[in-house]
Formats: sequence, C-alpha cells, structure tokens
Amino acid sequence: MSAVTAEHEHDDHHDHGPEKGLLRWVITTNHKDIGTLYLLFALAMFFVGGIMALVIRAELFEPGMQFVSPQFFNSMTTMHALVMVFGAVMPAFVGFANWQIPLMIGAPDMALPRMNNMSFWMLVGGVLLLASTLFMEGGAPASGWTLYPPLVLQTGAALPFAIFSVHMLGISSIMGAINIIATIFNMRAPKMTLMKMPLFVWTWLITAFLLIAIMPVFAGAVTMLLTDRFFDTSFFNAAGGGDPVLYQHIFWFFGHPEVYVMILPTFGVASTIIPVFARKPLFGYSSMVYATAAIAFLSFIVWAHHMFTVGMPMAGELYFMYATMLIAIPTGVKIFNWTATMWRGSMTFETPMLFSIAFVVLFTMGGFTGLMMSMAPIDFQYHDTYFIVAHFHYTLVPASVFILMAGGYFWLPKWTGNMYDEKLGKLHFWLSAVSVNILFFPQHFLGLAGMPRRIPDYAVQFADWNMVSSVGAFIFGFSQLLFLYIVIHTIKGGTGEKVSDEVWEDAHKHGLEWTLPSPVPYHTFATPPDKIPTEHF
Amino acid sequence: MMSTQGAYYIPHKATWPVAATIGLMTSLAGFANYLNGNAAGSTFMLVGLSIFIIMIGGWFTLQATESETGMYNKGVGISYRMAMMWFIFSEIMFFAVFFGTLWYTRNLSVDWLANIGDGPGRSSGMLWPSFEAVWPTNGPGHIGGEFEPMGAFGLPLLNTLILLTSGVTCTWAHHGLIEKNRGQLIKGLAMTVGLGFLFVAFQAIEYQEAYHEMGLTLGSGIYGSTFFMLTGFHGFHVCVGAIILTVVLFRSSKGHFTPENHFAFEAAAWYWHFVDVVWLGLFIFVYMM
Ligand code: HEM
Ligand SMILES: [Cu+2]
Repeated sequence: MSAVTAEHEHDDHHDHGPEKGLLRWVITTNHKDIGTLYLLFALAMFFVGGIMALVIRAELFEPGMQFVSPQFFNSMTTMHALVMVFGAVMPAFVGFANWQIPLMIGAPDMALPRMNNMSFWMLVGGVLLLASTLFMEGGAPASGWTLYPPLVLQTGAALPFAIFSVHMLGISSIMGAINIIATIFNMRAPKMTLMKMPLFVWTWLITAFLLIAIMPVFAGAVTMLLTDRFFDTSFFNAAGGGDPVLYQHIFWFFGHPEVYVMILPTFGVASTIIPVFARKPLFGYSSMVYATAAIAFLSFIVWAHHMFTVGMPMAGELYFMYATMLIAIPTGVKIFNWTATMWRGSMTFETPMLFSIAFVVLFTMGGFTGLMMSMAPIDFQYHDTYFIVAHFHYTLVPASVFILMAGGYFWLPKWTGNMYDEKLGKLHFWLSAVSVNILFFPQHFLGLAGMPRRIPDYAVQFADWNMVSSVGAFIFGFSQLLFLYIVIHTIKGGTGEKVSDEVWEDAHKHGLEWTLPSPVPYHTFATPPDKIPTEHF
Repeated sequence: MMSTQGAYYIPHKATWPVAATIGLMTSLAGFANYLNGNAAGSTFMLVGLSIFIIMIGGWFTLQATESETGMYNKGVGISYRMAMMWFIFSEIMFFAVFFGTLWYTRNLSVDWLANIGDGPGRSSGMLWPSFEAVWPTNGPGHIGGEFEPMGAFGLPLLNTLILLTSGVTCTWAHHGLIEKNRGQLIKGLAMTVGLGFLFVAFQAIEYQEAYHEMGLTLGSGIYGSTFFMLTGFHGFHVCVGAIILTVVLFRSSKGHFTPENHFAFEAAAWYWHFVDVVWLGLFIFVYMM
C-alpha cells in the first residue's frame, strides 16, 4: 500500500470532494447535494404550482367565463393543490431536513445515503407521472386534490397515471421518513441527547413518524379507486354494498395528518430562527417538544371534521367537534412560547426574522378560522366555501411558505458562504406580506357571504372581493420572482461580503451548524463534535 | 450511539436508485397505458419490470458483498434494522386500510343501505326496499351475481397451519445461525421457503375454486372486493417474503452470515413473521367471522 499517492489516499477518506460534472447530481449520496436537489426541485414546482394558481385567479378576476373551460379550471384547482403539497412544500422541508439534520446533530451524513438518493428520484418520477396527466385525453384530474369518488372515477385517461403518481410519491416520502428517523435515533453526536436536540430535529422526527403512518393509507385508498374503476370492485359503490363516504374517511385519516406534515417542520424552523434574532433561548423548550407530540397524536383522531356535512351519526359529529377543538391547546402553547421568546429580547429584524414574525401573526389567524370551523353546526355554513380556502391558505402560505423563505434566507449564507442582499430581502418580505393579505383576507368575506369553492364562475355580488383577491394574487406571484433572483444571486456570490462562520450574531450558541466554517465543507463531522451548544435551555 | 460514529460506512455514489426509479416509472406508466386499452402498455410494463428486477439483483448483490467484506459496523446494522422495522410499520398501515374497509362496510354501510342504524348516512327504506343487511353480501344491486362465500375450514385452515409452522421453522433456523449450526440454518430456511410456496400454491387452488365453482370473484360486490383485496395483497406479500427467504437460503449455503452479522436474515425473518400475523388477522376476520 505504500505506493498509493497522497491524492489517492485523500480519495479514500471522508473529505474527498464531489464528483465532477452533471453526473454528480444523479448519483450523489451526499446529504448536502441531495438537500440542494430537493430544494431546487421544490422551488421549480413552487413556480409551476404558482402559475396554476394564477390561472385560477385570472379566471375569477371577474364573474362570467373569461379564459379557460370549466373542466380545465377544475383541473387547475386539483393540480395546483397536488403540485404545491407534494411537489413544493413537502420536498422543500425534506430539503431542509437533508441539509440541516446531520449538521444539527453532529452526524457525518444521513443514516442511509443510497436510499436518500432514491427518495429524491422517486419524487421526481412521481411528479413527472402527475404532470404528464396535463397532456392527456380528458385532461388532468379535475375532482379536487381529495380525489373523491364517484366524481374522480369519471377522469379520462389520466386516472391511472394520477393514482400511480400517488404511489411513487408515497414510496418517496416513506423512504425519506425512514431515513430521517434512523438518522436521528442512530447518528447523533454522543452528547446530543434527545432533549438537547434543536426543535427542528424534533419536529422532523415526529413528522417522519406521521408520514410513515399515513402515506400507506393514501396509497391504499387510491388503490381501491383503481380497482373500482378497472377491476370491478365495489368499495365505493353503494349498489355493491360499498360506500363512497368510506373513501372520505380513509382520505382524511391521511389528509388531516398530512396538513400537519406540512406545518410541524414549519414550527421547527420558526423555533430555530426566532431565538437567534431575539437573542434569547427558546422559551419553553420541553413544552414545545410535548406540544409537537400532542399535535401529532391528536391529528390522527380528528379527521372527520372535514366531513361534518357529509352525514355522520350525531355522536360522530360531537366527538370530532370536541376532539378538533383540543388541537388549539398545544397549538396555542406554541404561539405563546414564540411570543415569550421575543418578549424583552434584543430583537433585530433581518429578513428571516421578519418572515418568522409574520408567520406567528398570520398563522394564528389561520388557527382561529380553523377553530371556528371545528364547531360542527357553524361549519355547516362554512364548509366548501371560500372561507375554508382562506383558512388553509393562511395556514399554508403565510405560514409554511413564509417559513420556507425564512429558512432560505437564514441558512443560504451558511451553505454558500455568501450573503444575500438584505435590502432586496426586505423588499421581498414586505411585498409578500402585504400582497398575501390582499390575496387571502377577502376570501373570508366571500366565504361568509356564501361563495362556493372550486367554481369558475360566480354571482355578481361576489365580484368586488374577487377582484381584490386576484390583484393580490398577481402581486404575490410576481414578487416571488424577486425571491428567485435573490437565491440565484446569493448562490453566485451575493453581496460579495464574506460571511463569518456563525453568520448571525452569537448564532453559535444556538446550534452546531454555526460552529462549522462558511460555506459548509462537502463533508462535515467525520468525527462527532465533543461540545454542543446549550443555549436553547 | 458512540460506536456508530467514525467507522460508519458512507457510500460515495449510488447508481441503482436511478435505475429503480426508471424501472418503476416505466412499468407504472406502461400499466396505466395498458389499463387505458393502449396496446403498447404491456410491453412498457415488462421492460420496466425487467429493469426493476435487474436493479434489485444488482443492488442486493452489492449490499451482500459489502456486508461480507466487513464494511458495515454495528452502527450501520442498527440503521438497517430501524429501517426494516419502520418499513414493516408502513406495511401494517397499508393492511390496516383494507381491514378498516372490511369493518366499516360490514358494520356500518351495509346496515345503512338496509335502513338500519343511526345517522343521516342511513338510506331511506324506499331506495332498496328488499335489501337485507346480511354478511356476506354483494349489495342491493347484486353486483357480480350469485356467489358462494369462502368457508374457513378446509384449505384456509390448512394454510393457517402451514404458515404457523413456517414461523416455527424460521425461528429454528435463526437458532441454528446463532449457535453456528449451519446445517440447522439451511434446513430450517429450506423448510420455511417450502412451506411458504406451498401456501401460495394452496391459495392459488382456492382462488381457482372461487372463480370457477363458487361464482366468487373480485367483482362479487363488497364481499368479493374485500375478500380478494385482503387475501390477494397478503398472498403477494407471502410471495415476496418467500423470495427474500430463498435469497437468504442461497446466501446461507454460500457461507454468508455470522452470529454477529446477519441483518438480511433478521429482516427476512421479521418480514415473514409480519406476513404470518397478517394471515392470522385474515383467518379470523375474513374467513371465520
Ligand atoms: C388550530 C388548528 C386547526 C383547526 C382547528 C383546523 C380545522 C379545520 C377544519 C374544521 C376544516 C374543515 C373545514 C371544512 O371543510 O368545512 C379544515 C380544513 C383544512 N385545514 Fe385546517 N385546522 C387547523 C389547522 C390547520 C393547519 C395547521 C393546516 C395546514 C398547514 C390546515 C389545513 C387545512 C386544509 C388544507 C383544509 C382543507 C382541506 C380541503 O378540504 O381541501 N389546517 N381545518
Ligand atoms: Cu383537518
């Protein structure tokens, strides 16, 4: 072995560099590369889904039919939701998980690097199958993202493709989740005990558990759609003894935890960012952990609050009503903890912090409308109106999406070693924060006045607020191009100012990742760190 | 935790995952085309499946080689075991959907169709006046026509005994492995594999009878749907489990595995026990009750 060159020897060790050329991105097993792939893919899908949303809002700008056929309109609402949920928000958080979890717990990489690569490519495969339905005879699925039978069974050639796409996305999510759990349980630095883990890691641990529990359920539900359509089964056919409502129960057993899959990592990132800019430890760390676990548990036993109007025995209505209200308690704990973290902190308002504060305020609004709809008799009025559209967009756009932006601004300097342009960042924030409210706030009024969701045309009484909402949508949509510019600009060198290792003042007290050099080297923590920050206690 | 650090093996590239994706995507797109009545569909499906099978062979050979050359330390083994455990958990959730469907239709929706029970889900007696809530049923529309339900005794009971025995032989093989008795390991595995395929064969005979003599098909209303969906997916899992065990048997006869390092064996055994337990659920809830 004495003949090996230094070069070669170097290669056999951990600190070898990335593969050359494009192939690097295809066969990589490096958690940072895979995180980057996930994030870029999610960003691209964010714009694809965004264009679909703008088609919807353009059509709704005025009453009457303007641009698209009703069928295509319904395809747009369906595909917008599926692309945003499965193509943008979920993968973006997996991207954060890939980049950050090993750095935060002091691990050399994810526990199962090859499977990590497979999770990403299965996601791409699933999204390609889904996207292909746009070009098929009979159009893309137009039943809404919930794919309720019997309506969805009327889909044309697209149906089996959409179903198989769900299967592939499920495989991707389950493998990703398994990897995250194995990494967190098995790869922590010796001193990183469970109750010292950053909250982002905790929220992902619990999210991963949710994913493994629910993705197979969704897969099972759509498999029954497939057999009902092609193999003569009667699962959702009353004439054969089945029941279409059964599909709704199964779907929402998946669907409700699914919305928490999108919000729990959001909570985690917010809990990571706010203490840094408040210059205080996170308030109530352990209560945050328990609240996350409580939310996850409750998310399994409240699903039929999506079905209050569908016809359930009275006992069911009451049970699901009270159980749903309970969720507000752990959620409230979190809101109070973030507020208490900021209380008397020496706060500064860099872009990540601005987005995080907006998240706390606006997510609270989404939570409150959720609470309103949790009351069964009241939901009879709100169900399937624009009120619920406003509800979940408040919990998803100025919450999950804002926090994804916040995380981007927060970690990009660490990952790339370059600083983003703070002026542009702030501009992006203010444009987004104002326009998102112009976009979604009026939808509360529309819903209360009775405007149904998922329709391309509406009564003239709804005209004004729809116009306002559409204007907000276009401002919001085009503001995101600024984000795209900022991200590319930062990757390519940013402001030119070299960032320090901790990037943000005293950040090294808040997490292991800030003790590493900026930009983060290709391989990190080949040996586990022997000190861990304890500031968050 | 400590021991997993440092020598934890981290591969630097992975070529098989992309092959897996291409294989799966091609076969699924092919299958979808086939379902849509497109002639080229089945060809694509076969091509995709071939890619997928080659991928499985290649990837598992790589893993086996790496394992046998001592590249995996204890920490890697722990990660693999966790992964297998959580994978089985996801499978449990998948089966739970179909068991839940059986419970819901049997206990709720069939009653509601016959105007029995509580809540607005109940249909009015005018809709299906002559429908009676009994199980098994193919619904008020008699979808699929007359059929005879599958009894529990006979082949299904025999199959229960077969699977239970195979669980014992599998554990016996594990003891052989731990006590360094390779003969016992190989014999135990061979019996397990044999019993597994015997189960599948009997299941095939049972299906044959159902389709040709009892009028019971996948299209026999909700009874036929739940019966074939549950037993069908289970049977598929038995096949997969038996194939995995065959590979493990083959590796054992080549001298692979030590009492300390035999993740593949353990994973296969866990999977086999899981399949076993699902069958017990099926036997009770589908065949007996
Ligand atoms: C305080 C917590 C929450 C409560 C009490 C709550 C309650 C509800 C209720 C009762 C509905 C059904 C409304 C109807 O169909 O009539 C609903 C719908 C919805 N919620 Fe929430 N929610 C909460 C938080 C969230 C969060 C955090 C998210 C996502 C991040 C979310 C996403 C959604 C979505 C996507 C829907 C609509 C699904 C659809 O029909 O397409 N909710 N929520
Ligand atoms: Cu819900």
